[in-house]
Amino acid sequence: MRVNEIAAVIDGEVLVSPAVDIEVEYAFAADLMSDILAFAKPQMLMLTGLINPQTIRTAEMSDIPLILFVRGKRPPELLLNMAQAAGIGILLSVYSMYETSGLLYQAGLSGIGKLTVIQQQ
Amino acid sequence: MSQNFSLFARMNKDLPLSILHELTYEIQVSEVMSPQVSTLPPTISMRDVKNVMRSQRISGVPIVSTEQQKLLGLVSVEDLIRALEQNKLDAAVTEFMATNLITALDEEPVVEALKRLESTGFGRLVVVDKMGNLAGILTKGDIMAGLLRTLEKAYLQVEQLQQDEQSHHFFAALNSDETSLTLRYRVQAGDFVKGGQASSNIKKALQHIGATPQLARRVAIATYEIEINLIIHTDDGGYIVAEVRPTQIKVVAHDDGPGIADVALARQPGYSTASSKAREMGFGAGMGLVNAERCADTLHVWSAWSIGTRVEMTFDVAVQ
Repeated sequence: MRVNEIAAVIDGEVLVSPAVDIEVEYAFAADLMSDILAFAKPQMLMLTGLINPQTIRTAEMSDIPLILFVRGKRPPELLLNMAQAAGIGILLSVYSMYETSGLLYQAGLSGIGKLTVIQQQ
Repeated sequence: MSQNFSLFARMNKDLPLSILHELTYEIQVSEVMSPQVSTLPPTISMRDVKNVMRSQRISGVPIVSTEQQKLLGLVSVEDLIRALEQNKLDAAVTEFMATNLITALDEEPVVEALKRLESTGFGRLVVVDKMGNLAGILTKGDIMAGLLRTLEKAYLQVEQLQQDEQSHHFFAALNSDETSLTLRYRVQAGDFVKGGQASSNIKKALQHIGATPQLARRVAIATYEIEINLIIHTDDGGYIVAEVRPTQIKVVAHDDGPGIADVALARQPGYSTASSKAREMGFGAGMGLVNAERCADTLHVWSAWSIGTRVEMTFDVAVQ
């Protein structure tokens, strides 16, 4: 799914176009950056409600080409500039994380599948 | 004469004309002919010719003088049939062999021989040298095989060139007994705005010097987790030092405290002592060291309470 298709499906807004109009194959939604770092795949769309410079850094480190901010949270200019510099595209959804994910899943964008159990302390 | 295998005709239709055609001008007959040829002396009888043809499964044999290798003629199945019809199997081969031969010169380009094959409809040409001595036999199959060999050689050369170019990507252009590149970064404690710059710069550096995307990503994610740890947990920040070698990348993070009370516990998934500020930033899930360990090939942690911590990770550079 490409950035314009994603924006159409969630009735969202493209705030920054990605450097390359890449086709994303999976999506992953989390507010925990550690989880994103642990499960990121290249060509993966990242959905998050967390707005700070580390969100962009996390995507940059993980080769994530697109970030979709949910719950109508519009990031400040500083973050958009950071994303632009890193070639990462930014989208905005006015739906919650749950509903945004549901719309995309319904439109055929798959998740990363079953994960292994990790015993936590 | 049915030309069901007219190489020449095909070249003008569905074979890439320019390359193959050029090659037939470049390659000499001697490069593609079969040089190992069975020959027979002029003294042999047609009966013996028949036996040789049957046992060696060949349909034509050059007749050469015994003293020198001078080509005298060519005896084929057709000549043998004539001898059988005339009931003259005991006659000498010289009585039946063809002497007015269409030959190819060993030094001429393949294209000339090919033209002669096409125009006569013969299956083979006897190849002679300038002195008229037998040098070999040339069939269309030989020409085809020779062209393919030449194409293969050219292909391998291109492949080799590409490989050479690739090896220049990762350090190969730098020659020394031990080459390494060291990148040092100061990481400030509590700086969630600038945090991640060291990892970002290391990733960019690796990409610039030709690391594969997988390698750059592995190093970036692991370094980022460790960098975030310096931001979250240290009193005065710390340093990240990446030492890049052609075969291995080593990333070391060190700080002056406070240190980790229980290293084994800190390496367990989900264990965290992070502040609420760190959690607001999306960290402190107790997965940092676990993630870093997953990305690195080795990860060691040394720590002493109130002294400091040193995390050392290595990443093997896969042979490209």
